[in-house]
Amino acid sequence: MLEQPEVRPVSAQKSLRDLSRWDLLAAILVVGLLVFLAQASRGLTQPLDVLESSPISLDPIHLPWYAARTTLRMLVALLLSLVFTFTYATWAAKSRRAGLVLVPVLDILQSVPVLGFISVTVVFFMALAPGRVLGAEFAAVFAIFTSQAWNMAFSFYQSLRTVPEELIEASRCFRFTAWMRFWRVEVPFAMPALVWNMMMSMSGGWFFVVASEAISVGDTTITLPGVGSYIARAIAERDLAAVAWAIGAMLVVILAYDQLLFRPLVAWADRFRFEQEAGVAPPRSWVLTAFRGSRLRAWLSAALGAAWRRTFRVRARPEGASTTGPDEAARSWRDRLWGTLVLVIAALALWRIAEFVVEGVSLSEVATAVGLGLATLARVLVLIALASVIWVPVGVRVGLNLRLARIVQPAAQFMAAFPANVLFPIVVSAIVAFRLNPDVWLSPLMILGTQWYILFNVIAGASALPSELRDVGTNLGVGGWLWWRKIALPGIFPYYVTGAIAASGGSWNASIVAEVASWGDQRLQARGLGAYIARATEAGDYHRIVLGIAVMSLFVVIINRAFWRPLYWHAERKFRLG
Amino acid sequence: MRQVTIPSVPLLEVHAVRRAFPKPDGSELLVLDGVDLSVTEGQIVGLLGRSGSGKSTLLRLIAGLARPTSGRISYLGRPVSGPAAGIAMVFQGFALFPWLTVLENVQIGLEALGLPEPEIRQRALAAIDLIGLDGFESAYPRELSGGMRQRVGFARGLVVHPNILLMDEPFSALDVLTAETLRTDFLDLWGRGQLPIKAVILVTHNIEEAVLMCDRVLVFSTNPGRIVSEIKVDLPHPRDRVDPVFSDLVERIYVALTARPVSPARTARLDSILPRISTTLLAGLADTLAAPPYEGAADLPALASALHMEVDDLFHVAETLQSLRFAEVEGGDIRLTEAGKRFAVAPLDEAKALFQRHLLAHVPLAAHIRRVLDERESHTAPRTRFLDELEDHMTPQAAEQTLDAVVGWGRYAEAFAYDDDLQQFSLENPS
Repeated sequence: MLEQPEVRPVSAQKSLRDLSRWDLLAAILVVGLLVFLAQASRGLTQPLDVLESSPISLDPIHLPWYAARTTLRMLVALLLSLVFTFTYATWAAKSRRAGLVLVPVLDILQSVPVLGFISVTVVFFMALAPGRVLGAEFAAVFAIFTSQAWNMAFSFYQSLRTVPEELIEASRCFRFTAWMRFWRVEVPFAMPALVWNMMMSMSGGWFFVVASEAISVGDTTITLPGVGSYIARAIAERDLAAVAWAIGAMLVVILAYDQLLFRPLVAWADRFRFEQEAGVAPPRSWVLTAFRGSRLRAWLSAALGAAWRRTFRVRARPEGASTTGPDEAARSWRDRLWGTLVLVIAALALWRIAEFVVEGVSLSEVATAVGLGLATLARVLVLIALASVIWVPVGVRVGLNLRLARIVQPAAQFMAAFPANVLFPIVVSAIVAFRLNPDVWLSPLMILGTQWYILFNVIAGASALPSELRDVGTNLGVGGWLWWRKIALPGIFPYYVTGAIAASGGSWNASIVAEVASWGDQRLQARGLGAYIARATEAGDYHRIVLGIAVMSLFVVIINRAFWRPLYWHAERKFRLG
Repeated sequence: MRQVTIPSVPLLEVHAVRRAFPKPDGSELLVLDGVDLSVTEGQIVGLLGRSGSGKSTLLRLIAGLARPTSGRISYLGRPVSGPAAGIAMVFQGFALFPWLTVLENVQIGLEALGLPEPEIRQRALAAIDLIGLDGFESAYPRELSGGMRQRVGFARGLVVHPNILLMDEPFSALDVLTAETLRTDFLDLWGRGQLPIKAVILVTHNIEEAVLMCDRVLVFSTNPGRIVSEIKVDLPHPRDRVDPVFSDLVERIYVALTARPVSPARTARLDSILPRISTTLLAGLADTLAAPPYEGAADLPALASALHMEVDDLFHVAETLQSLRFAEVEGGDIRLTEAGKRFAVAPLDEAKALFQRHLLAHVPLAAHIRRVLDERESHTAPRTRFLDELEDHMTPQAAEQTLDAVVGWGRYAEAFAYDDDLQQFSLENPS
């Protein structure tokens, strides 16, 4: 795939004379984006009363407007996540001392159930912009941000730590400044993994945007205009048609995001892959092709690129040899100071937590929370097992059929992006109608959105199975269960584990929404930690919220450390091919 | 652009340079010791040695990528304290940025210098033209063959007009034919004075390459790296490999390389770093030596070229055969011992039994592992037990490598078994 050279002699006159049809398309896309941003943000500075005076309408005519607001929230949160990624992860990777604290903190943050956050943060953000819609918007955006940022930061951190040594040496030898190295070496190297994680983040984000728009904490109820609030209202009014409209709107929005943002990003990021072999057909995107074909774009990016490169020349101080730092004594002294500082802060935090818990939580309450946590744990494990039994054979079959895989793979990714909570009303009405046991039948909702991770990882694993291995199997007449046990399952195992980890983490999070469901005035509850947190949120009982979140985080961290991580390393070591 | 130098001042001076890493037990691992070197205009200087001789480390010290533990390196009379403006480098693995086109890869060094855009472009195109990359400006590295990639590496190094071009085994990742073409092209440009550089320092482990390209060859010893001899090559370019003077020089360097490190009295110690040489390779070399035309003894240079092997690789195999007492290496020659001949011709079972006896007798680490397993009631021992011991004397990486080497030999010899899942040595082989 020969692409346009990035820098080429483009004179302004020439580019104006030879405007191509791609220019028109590109211009429409860009202006459309501007208009969209302007319209969608119009409502932000209005006072909060506006929300009450113009409640959510179930008329589908308003849906495009609601969808636009929801989409904007996602976009802002994604940008914030990027900023966070570039700063936090870079700091963690570049400073040994900071990394000692920042990396584990990120690991824990990743395990905290994000939905529990909303209630805690909404009050804070409302206080930031009192009486304004902006405060509530902040809270919603922050909720989405917390579902997106961590894995992006983690991926970026890991990329920064694995930049090939020779590239670093080359950049130092040619005397790049740290700033230039960041943009010319480190960010490009991290880009493919980062784009992939942005997609994953976005999928997760949809789930939370729907949950975070209609927030009620104690007496405060805020409904921001958006698809989430629309669904909440539809549920309250038992309007199945409206739910169907919302699902349709969601499908359109996700499709647009996929086509206009992520497909171009993936196709563009393909050039940053470090493996230099010309491998399988590179991903393509019509939007990217449009932009690449546009002369206006080429002229603009050449101009912007030149300006950007000018910043590389600013040399704060010459890059010295970094291998020998300050002498050992000074370093260990500073290490100790840093360690003490961290310990002091941790001690203060611990004291505050203890104080908070002691004044409002009894020991029996803790026992209750842990017991409910075990109930949710049982659900998660059973569901992961069930999903595995269903999707592993399907995934292997699909993955071995290249043509089928090309169709099913994007579909599975799309399904993962679709917020399963939109489907909740349908399930709930079914449970009510057939008088089913909510303890059992609410559970599948937890895995509705996350099971796809298992499917598409297994598909990826099966398509990566070397054809030589399959040929050996055929050649030796290995069939039936033996084939599964000795060839297929070991081959896909590392991929399966990756998918199962994502599915398990997502299910814990989803339990907060899935263990309590309502349809009109009918309310279904399952016994579990998710329902506990949801109830506490509704009651505005901060002690129970914090306790619930803490217990759930603890469960997730312990299960990750004791089960998933060892399994992952085992899979990496033993079954990774090549 | 070029800096004017007074001819009497050397471009580069390295004086009494020493580089050491602290080891966990408090002592130091000495990589380079007492290295003196001076490079003047118009020279191609070769640094030749086996892996672990610190020649690449020296190159990185000169490039300002690391600092010497003691000693002094000065460039144009000024001490080197970081990457210097007049020193550029060509890398073994090319080190191209895969997300940049050929043109952008060449331009990037100039961008870092902060030159105006038109000059960057004009100089980059000139370098691309010079090095024979015309027509590939907009290609990405992944679209290029290894040889074309390394041409980009050369163009990127040359475009900044360095006084000294450092080359870290630039041809060793290429196939024989491509490497030869690149060498010839480079020497041609150098000879005609078309390269914007004043001197070259070439790191290599290929003796013929050193004799073919260099005006001076500095031979390094191993553990620690020291310059053991300096050999001048006065032959005019283009040099002819079949010229008897050429082969004499190759032979002299072989002798210089084998003289010190591989002495007949050498015995592996418990804390020796062992190379990961497969038993198939050991048996293969023994078989080849035992068969005609060698009949038990061979000249290493001749053998290396007959087997199409690099000096480094062949040495490691020869040295391992020697430490097992299957061969003797001296003065550039290798000769099979009586046991070595038997090892070569015996049927598999017998050869394995012989290998076991020699392994346990002459590789102390293998004997140590076996003894520990024999003494323990369970007849098992975790990998970490031996790894920790080794790490007291060497870097963790070297310890891993050494233990892996012994695992491979021990398995072949059936001296002990190893379970990678449990990370555990034992005496039980699955029956």
